[in-house]
Amino acid sequence: MSSRTLVSQAQLQRGRGKVVYWTLLSVVVLGFTLVFLGPLYWMVTGALKSGQEIAQTPPTLWPQDPQTQNYVDAWTNLALGKLLFNTFYYAAGAVVFQLVFDTAAAYSLSKLRPVLGNVILGLMLATLMIPAMVLIVPQYVTVIDLPILHINLLDSPFSIWLPLVANAFNIFLLKRFFDSIPEDLMAAAMVDGASPLRTLWSIILPMSRPILGVVAIFSVTAVWKDFLWPKLVMPSPETRTVSVGIYAFAGGTPQNVVIAASVIAAIPTVIIFLIFQRNIMSGLTSGSLKG
Amino acid sequence: MAIMTAPAPPRTTAAPSTSSKSRRKIRDNLTGHAFLIGAVICFALFMWYPMIRGVVMSFQRTRRGETTWVGWDNYVRIVADPSFWTAWQNTFYFTVLALVLGYVIPFLVAILLNEFRHAKGYLRILVYLPVMLPPASALFLFKFYAYDPSEAGLFNAILAGLGLPTSEWMQSPTMTIPAMVIASTWMNMGSAVLIYLASLQNIPGELYEAAELDGAGLVKRIWHVTIPQTKLILALLAMLQIVATMQLFIEPLILANGAGTQDSATSVAYLIYQHGFFQNDLNGAAALGVIMLVVLAAFSAVYVRLSTKEN
Repeated sequence: MSSRTLVSQAQLQRGRGKVVYWTLLSVVVLGFTLVFLGPLYWMVTGALKSGQEIAQTPPTLWPQDPQTQNYVDAWTNLALGKLLFNTFYYAAGAVVFQLVFDTAAAYSLSKLRPVLGNVILGLMLATLMIPAMVLIVPQYVTVIDLPILHINLLDSPFSIWLPLVANAFNIFLLKRFFDSIPEDLMAAAMVDGASPLRTLWSIILPMSRPILGVVAIFSVTAVWKDFLWPKLVMPSPETRTVSVGIYAFAGGTPQNVVIAASVIAAIPTVIIFLIFQRNIMSGLTSGSLKG
Repeated sequence: MAIMTAPAPPRTTAAPSTSSKSRRKIRDNLTGHAFLIGAVICFALFMWYPMIRGVVMSFQRTRRGETTWVGWDNYVRIVADPSFWTAWQNTFYFTVLALVLGYVIPFLVAILLNEFRHAKGYLRILVYLPVMLPPASALFLFKFYAYDPSEAGLFNAILAGLGLPTSEWMQSPTMTIPAMVIASTWMNMGSAVLIYLASLQNIPGELYEAAELDGAGLVKRIWHVTIPQTKLILALLAMLQIVATMQLFIEPLILANGAGTQDSATSVAYLIYQHGFFQNDLNGAAALGVIMLVVLAAFSAVYVRLSTKEN
């Protein structure tokens, strides 16, 4: 199945090639484990050490007297339960908003093709060229006083959900997937008298599960990882996300407790990754390739 | 808006068939726009309007609720600020260093991983794992455990163990940016590795076969087959990475408490944040944003020019 790469299969199975291959493989497996898993191990076990032990030279590999108290303190002092709930709530809402509005828009641009559809698509894709940092100030000013409506969205989850709908990458990804669904299916549904909404719901969406999954996962991780925007639009302690909450407490909290909180904050995304790693990796590469 | 300007159906009695046809066309268009409207409103409110607003704001000054036009005043004030030049210097240094580390290493790692017939899944998961961590979490790990300037810190313990001189890391003005680049590369290289891997898998095996028959060694095969075949994706990722690293923000904020020792960490994005949200100068921050946009756009233009010339 695997086609030939830089070095031929045969060369890797013969005497010297075989030795080199296996040595290199073991070195890389060991090295990668140390480089990428090592710091995480250090983080989880470091948060179990006492303040004295963490300042010890040389550092200990395994905590002599594991202090689960650091994790308990992190949970109670930083109100992590509330912070995690907030973040989860924003992430869930972001998935719903992005799936509903971006799917509808991509469907329209791909299959219904109304007048000026291409102009709108062009204007959407143009936003991919604008660095996020450039827009942060005018976006903030917009959110504190929405044009025409004059509503202040600070501390409202809509200030996270609605800007996330304006995601040209999602529209591009979804539109390209819909483009690959044969036109005949659409025509057949139309002949049967199905409305565009009905066609979307019963024909297009069931076929698009993989791409919808990718959009949903990216949406959850984007909310979970985001820092500056939630920091600006969720200024109250009650509405903070978990990353912002930890940052806000970092100054006056013992280091080990901050790290323990960081470990807890990272658990949800790590679990999501381990469950959906196939979808995440395929989504990542399908977005940037074959374009 | 498009809905409003759609042409009215011709009201002739002679051709009822064309009339119903055009009415049908209008209805189809209305349906199409109805599906678009949610996303269009969000784009208009949070992308298109802020883009214009940012430029407008940069020529205004708002004081005590009163907004006046001030011409280039904000730009003059921003450029006159001594940290403006420090911030650009730091940002460029970070970008270049991040390119050397974060661009070359992932490509080499991808080439290596593509050769392995075993442990592929495991290695991929490992490289991508840091990408999934919230950046704040990962950076606190670096700040408190890895970059601890005493010998109790992870990096210093390793250096001391190898008999090498230890470093003050974030306390040392010369190490601040390299330390931020290391942390940032560790956190972000996973996506680049996976994208390269996917493009490496698209290289037809016959090309390597032919090169080998021509007597090309390993390095020559990389140079004459692998790199030309992945040129497009290599170029695209270089571009994306530069744009991303120029927006350096959370690394200085968490690792260096913002400005860092002797301003060694101040970045342009951090300056935008400072002006906008601490110095009560949203107009100055907007001007700085416009400057950043112009620099990145100029850079992209040069880049596109060069890459089209080559083809």
